[in-house]
Amino acid sequence: MLDQTPPNETKASVNGHGPLLPLELRALSFEANGRRVIDRLDLTIDEPGITVIMGPNGAGKSVLLRLVHGLIAPTGGEVFWGGKRLDRELARRQAMVFQKPVLLRRSAAANIWHALGLRGVARSDRAIRVGDALKLAGLERRATTPARVLSGGEQQRLCLARALSLEPDILMLDEPTASLDPASTLAIEELLIDAQRRGIKIIVVTHDVGQARRLARDVVFLHHGRIVEHQAARNFFEQPQSDTARAFLAGGLVL
Amino acid sequence: MTLHLDRRTLVGFSLALVIGLGVAVPPAAQAEDKFIVVQSTTSTQNSGLFEHILPKFKEKTGIDVRVVAVGTGQALNNAEKGDGDVVLVHSKPDEDKFVAGGWGVKRHDVMYNDFIIVGPGSDPARIAGLKHAAEGFKKIAAAEAPFASRGDDSGTNKAELKLWQDAGIDPKPASGQWYLETGSGMGATLNTAVGKQAYTLTDRGSWLSFANKDDFKVLVEGDPKLFNQYGVILVNPAKHPNVKAKEGQTFIDWLTGPEGQAAIASYKIDGQQLFFPNAGPPS
Amino acid sequence: MADFLQAFHTALRLIVTFDPRLVEIVLLSLRVSLLAVAIASVIGFAVGGALAVYRFPGRGAVSAVLSALMGLPPVVAGLFVYLLLSNTGPLGVLQLLYTPTAMIIAQVVLVVPIIAALTRQACEDLLEEYDEQLRSLGASSSAIVATLLWDGRYRLITAVLAGFGRAIAEVGAVMIVGGNIDHVTRTMTTAIALETSKGEIALALALGIVLLLTAFAVNGALMSVRRFASRLAYA
Repeated sequence: MLDQTPPNETKASVNGHGPLLPLELRALSFEANGRRVIDRLDLTIDEPGITVIMGPNGAGKSVLLRLVHGLIAPTGGEVFWGGKRLDRELARRQAMVFQKPVLLRRSAAANIWHALGLRGVARSDRAIRVGDALKLAGLERRATTPARVLSGGEQQRLCLARALSLEPDILMLDEPTASLDPASTLAIEELLIDAQRRGIKIIVVTHDVGQARRLARDVVFLHHGRIVEHQAARNFFEQPQSDTARAFLAGGLVL
Repeated sequence: MTLHLDRRTLVGFSLALVIGLGVAVPPAAQAEDKFIVVQSTTSTQNSGLFEHILPKFKEKTGIDVRVVAVGTGQALNNAEKGDGDVVLVHSKPDEDKFVAGGWGVKRHDVMYNDFIIVGPGSDPARIAGLKHAAEGFKKIAAAEAPFASRGDDSGTNKAELKLWQDAGIDPKPASGQWYLETGSGMGATLNTAVGKQAYTLTDRGSWLSFANKDDFKVLVEGDPKLFNQYGVILVNPAKHPNVKAKEGQTFIDWLTGPEGQAAIASYKIDGQQLFFPNAGPPS
Repeated sequence: MADFLQAFHTALRLIVTFDPRLVEIVLLSLRVSLLAVAIASVIGFAVGGALAVYRFPGRGAVSAVLSALMGLPPVVAGLFVYLLLSNTGPLGVLQLLYTPTAMIIAQVVLVVPIIAALTRQACEDLLEEYDEQLRSLGASSSAIVATLLWDGRYRLITAVLAGFGRAIAEVGAVMIVGGNIDHVTRTMTTAIALETSKGEIALALALGIVLLLTAFAVNGALMSVRRFASRLAYA
């Protein structure tokens, strides 16, 4: 495990606007094409640090993340952040990074600038934040490069930097390094660890067991749209409590 | 090294282009210039008469004359809708009806020329030199030789139909076979006639100024029934308040007065006069 | 054949010496069509972008109608505007018939569906990629439209050029609402029709050559834009 000492509190809980944690999902369901993708799911996340959501492909991990972020609406159940339902103000305190980097047809710096503009950040502050974000991601020398010309790893770093520039309290990532080479993966993971050290609550979806071991403080194991296990990471990896989790960790195909 | 469109530059440039276009390229006649719209015929326009006389009028009065050239029928129709200040056409019965209906103020004779029958050098219907136009039409129908008609309710078209009537023949059943109705102006119809080696009735002015004659000749002329009188009428401002009655009347007065009449007479192509002024008291 | 070569030779001379009649007609055509396309672009971008992003009942029908109107025959557009602007029509009081303004209006009517439909398509394609990310960033619908329009700028330029190509080459609309009045509303296309009907082949040819060159220039610009855009991965 990489060295990570999460703070005792997250920014989410100390911010003037009120605590964002705990994140509570109650009887959450999502149906599509007649299929129950998420099935009456209950979950509570209230610890700082990095939470990893794991499971075999098709378990519903990406859908779960999108439900939590508010990108799709559940067909049943509710999502509560610090006891409140998701609204515009709460949404502004979140940011998400997708599996495939989504960048506009403009320069790297302009992409961050645009995102800050959407959030209503004052022009005078934008320049500083863009600079900081690019530096954090190691992309200062690529500031004026068309973002879509960057390599896969650089693009994802840029997406992460963009998300961090928004100064979110919660950062969610959906398989952020699934298509990246090991060097880029390491760079992303280091950024995540650094972010959680600064108090940002992070929720990562991954199917990469090694990555989960490196990053997770606690693990949520999902299968067929239901929570099978939710434990502290060390316990989960050493002593999984369910057969499916055991089989998954051993590298088998879990149907 | 990389060059991408800076948003401000692009927007600024586009704006400048549009504004520049709207302002810098001067439209020919601004609304401040005085102008009238004259609904007239394609034959008059194709003859080139307007290019000759209108500048003289503009010089004298400062009024710009904008000619919309369509067929006589359409010209009178447009005037009934108020889309014009003056009409200058050549079909007296329709002009009289126009005034009688209250759409026009008064009809004045302006000028005349004549119609002629032109046709291919080979003259398959053998009409060359005939003294009566209706006789020529009879022979064309008998030979089923191709004939191009305006078919557009114009003054020329009306004159042509009258001649068919005089000849006791109805050509319409043969429409699409030897009787070709172009529905077009005189120039386009002449083009079609030449292209199809067809006979056609045309006013002399259009014929003289037509530049694509091939081997066509004037075959029948001089019949009094081929007389072609032009009339000018002021559109009735009582029916359409937007009509520029004052400027319109100025134009009519000039056209029927000594200067306008002289201008008409002075228009020649290859030394031949096209229109003969004959304004008298209003008829 | 000899006549044709003679006419061709005269035509080239008219062009090279910037014959004033020719220049006046060409400038009017450019002015009418460029202004019409500029106005149509503003309307078309807004409508196309909104159609792609906003959800409302009847959205599918509006899109279908817009796409169908891309094929609106110019002469029909001209007839429609003529009926509006005629003295007996609803907008007769504006006295716009037989003016360049009427021609611009008619061409706007003709070109807006083209630009709007192509803009909608471009924005929908972009939205497929960007929708989740933009919503995650908290963009409002209007902000999304603005983002898509700028991001799709190269495709939009293509739409504008397509619209201009249509406008500069049509004769039906400008003929009906403009009346082909000498020095006032005579454009390249209406002049070609007239001069041909007068048998004045040389002038008609000269205008035709200029019109053709304009069409080639527009196409050339189109290809350059596409190449430039793909080089930057902005296509």
